[in-house]
Amino acid sequence: MSEVLIPGFMPTEALFPIVVNAMFTKNFLLIMFLGLCSYVGLTTSSDTSKGMSMAVTFVMTMSAILTWPIYHYLLSPASIIGKDLTFLRTICFILIIASFVQLVEFVIRKFSPPLYKSLGIYLPLIATNCAVLGVVLMNIQEGYTYGASIICAFAAGLGYTWVMLATAAVREKLIMRNVSLFSGFIGAFFAATMVALIIVSYFSVVKL
Amino acid sequence: MAKKSFVGEIIRGIIKDNPVFVLVLGLCPVLAVSTSFANALGMAMAFTFVMLGSNIFVSLLRKQIPPGVRIPIFILIICTFVTMIDMILEAFLPPMYEALGIFVPLIVVNCIVIGRAEAFANRNPVLPSIADGIGISIGFAAALILLGTIREILGTGALKLMMLWSEDGKLGFYPLSNVPGFSFVPNPIEFPIEPATVMITPPGAFLTIAALMLLFKIMGDRKRVKQLKKEGYEI
Repeated sequence: MSEVLIPGFMPTEALFPIVVNAMFTKNFLLIMFLGLCSYVGLTTSSDTSKGMSMAVTFVMTMSAILTWPIYHYLLSPASIIGKDLTFLRTICFILIIASFVQLVEFVIRKFSPPLYKSLGIYLPLIATNCAVLGVVLMNIQEGYTYGASIICAFAAGLGYTWVMLATAAVREKLIMRNVSLFSGFIGAFFAATMVALIIVSYFSVVKL
Repeated sequence: MAKKSFVGEIIRGIIKDNPVFVLVLGLCPVLAVSTSFANALGMAMAFTFVMLGSNIFVSLLRKQIPPGVRIPIFILIICTFVTMIDMILEAFLPPMYEALGIFVPLIVVNCIVIGRAEAFANRNPVLPSIADGIGISIGFAAALILLGTIREILGTGALKLMMLWSEDGKLGFYPLSNVPGFSFVPNPIEFPIEPATVMITPPGAFLTIAALMLLFKIMGDRKRVKQLKKEGYEI
């Protein structure tokens, strides 16, 4: 078996491709298909999608900050424990994310009750949002350094935000035009098709 | 609650509570993995394992779980089964493990599994919970395989039928034509259409599911109109 090393703290990777990948070419919502439940559920108005995107971006960045040291210093074979505990990564990460989401929920309920009300059921669901778990699992899989994994998570959050806002804009227009056949989930998926086509066709022409 | 038959529960999970087209939950693996028939089949199997395991255990422990912390406990139970299937796939079916990638650990945050634990298994005895698990899994698998088949045919112009099969002691997904009894099936099945590559890219997934939902909606509306006419309403 090859020697497992802990990646360093400072980013040694090229950061620009990481950011562009996380925001566009490997957009979490439209290209990787992570976090779609909140996407179809909350893009009915731009207000809720704004609040949800802010919460998700924050949770993503913070969970990247928290999970990287825990994985590399406790679970990986190169850690201080010296045993291969990587099979525990899913359980560990989901627990960290869930407890952190609980904290965010307290803060939002205290400081912004209207936002709390509009996010409703979806706020506790950030804990089970695939996008958050997906970004931390991917950081580990790619073997990013600490700095790069935080930047990647933040960029993924920004990618989530712009797609949420773009789709909410399309859906709000559809609702105003009162096209009954394209209301609800069907409209959301047609809107998603359009926005995803934009990304895919743009980056098939403009090569990075 | 009225007693329902075992089969009734299964059928309800497939049609009335279809997880993908009716409840619209757990879409991430459905859209991401449905690029081909074989991937869809593998994902459906992994999902069935987790769904059944979590439904059985949540239902067995439903009287012990304190309501205040039920969600974390559900997640831990689900996570145990996900870790198991993750390790099983890595050991026995490495190609499938590579193809499904990050989506196997992500079953843990699949809304359907938690949703059924919360809405059904936590309130019902073991046997109906097993029925619910089977029904929801079949409904999920049907949606996944339907999407996978449509996207593979439209995107590549051919369909590769694969099956879980052990060939000279090695378990794996092999072409259906290798399996005795199915050797008359050509592989791949060619279709006389121009392949549209966009269908196996991400926008194709959204387009397919939107089109299918639209189709089901139109069919449902027609059925309702027919029923109303039968009851004597003027439309």
